[in-house]
Amino acid sequence: MKRMNGYLKAGLLLTGFMTLLIVAGYFWTPYDPSAMMAGPKLSGPTLHNLMGTDNFGRDIFSRVLKGAGTTFAIAAAVVAIGAVCGTIIGALTGYFGGVVDEVLMRLNDALTAFPSILLALVIISVLGPGNKYNVVLALGIVFIPSFARVTRTAFASLRDVNYVKSARLMGAGSGRILMVHILPNTIQVLLPAITIGFNNAVLAEASMSYLGIGVTPPDASLGYMLSEAQSMFTAAPWYAVCTGATIILLVFGVGLIGEGLQRRGREVD
Amino acid sequence: MNDELVLSLRHVTSGYREGGPFRKGAYQEVLHDVSFDVRHGEILGLVGESGTGKSTLARTILGMVRPDRGEVIHYTKRPQMIFQDPYSSLNPAYTVEWSLEEPLRIYGKYDAAERQRRVREMLALVELPEECLRSKPAELSGGQRQRVSIATALIQRPRFLIADEPVSALDVTIQAQILKLLRQLRQELDLSYLFISHDLNVVYQLCDRVLVMKQGRIVEHGTVDDIFDHPREEYTRQLLAAAE
Repeated sequence: MKRMNGYLKAGLLLTGFMTLLIVAGYFWTPYDPSAMMAGPKLSGPTLHNLMGTDNFGRDIFSRVLKGAGTTFAIAAAVVAIGAVCGTIIGALTGYFGGVVDEVLMRLNDALTAFPSILLALVIISVLGPGNKYNVVLALGIVFIPSFARVTRTAFASLRDVNYVKSARLMGAGSGRILMVHILPNTIQVLLPAITIGFNNAVLAEASMSYLGIGVTPPDASLGYMLSEAQSMFTAAPWYAVCTGATIILLVFGVGLIGEGLQRRGREVD
Repeated sequence: MNDELVLSLRHVTSGYREGGPFRKGAYQEVLHDVSFDVRHGEILGLVGESGTGKSTLARTILGMVRPDRGEVIHYTKRPQMIFQDPYSSLNPAYTVEWSLEEPLRIYGKYDAAERQRRVREMLALVELPEECLRSKPAELSGGQRQRVSIATALIQRPRFLIADEPVSALDVTIQAQILKLLRQLRQELDLSYLFISHDLNVVYQLCDRVLVMKQGRIVEHGTVDDIFDHPREEYTRQLLAAAE
């Protein structure tokens, strides 16, 4: 294992802590997240309700745990779709080049030209709103181009490097060269791209749910909760603050990991 | 040394078109009517300034570039290549052991135990200690890496090897060691080399015959003594003068 730097350590610690909370939230929350009257209505943070309660008396801490889980799962699925499809497209176009490469990359440019939220909106309206799987699919598609671009560059730069040439001389097939000989050497650019993508996915899900085209009740995500919190901002400011802070901590931790990975990559070079 | 051939090139002409997949630009000829033979057991030197098409010739022989005219005739199977830069010829993601075993995995005819045996045998032939097997390329010196590259190229047991400036990136003392190793390996594994270099001193030390290349053409060929003692072409004299 290569050296850890401060960013990587801090990021892993923070993300580890958040993941622990989220995983714990799947199995146990202090109260049922949708149970009314878990405490007094619109109560500020107390020892019984760590983040206070909302206008129905629901425990906000429990809801944040549950919501962060939903957001985390959606972001992870979105990044998985984007990274897997993007890597496949990027690997093939970068390695083989030619006309297919030109066409796919111009298509990629065209997709990138739209603001990603707008594109996701279009896809959602085609697929039908109000379903979290459609949110995942829509955002996943929107996330493919950026991954395709990053991996294409990496594969194109390694296509004619000597160890790939000699693998070809040994008689290795294209599949083996792509998967075994080149892919492990693209991890250095792929991992930071995944962390950045994850953060963008968290924010995209949050903004879509905030706009009301993402997750719908009974599911709760951080973005959906933020839009709920907005209507009672003066009565229960802790709702918005705690939900927003959770998003920030989640994104900040993963962002630190990404920064740490990039710095480590530069050190290795 | 008998006169059996390992490779023949007959009137090979090769070039490329400028421009991308949609635009066709001017035709650039890189090799012009190149013909020569490599005989069994010999080390054939190929010299010339950079940019004369030496590397393109190597790539054409290995089939990475298709000749536009003429033919490349191989009399042996699976020729291999050693590259100039020992830093890019080994996959940085894997250990030496993996890199050495990979050609055998690709070949696919040996079980794990036999692969292990062959890896260790080849490691001994290039005079590296077994500890090297667990190292990543980044942990090795330039000379050690070049030894690993040579071992990787030889582990499929080719009979013919193209060496493209294999010692140019190394210190003079390391150069001498690698040249000695290449000579030993020729004996032990019954190899023939095409040895590409711009360094005439190295060619003089190692090669039996020499081809002199200029702007995509073979302008002179002969034994090392012929070329070095009685160069006929002005270009060869210039190369020799520059090397002194």
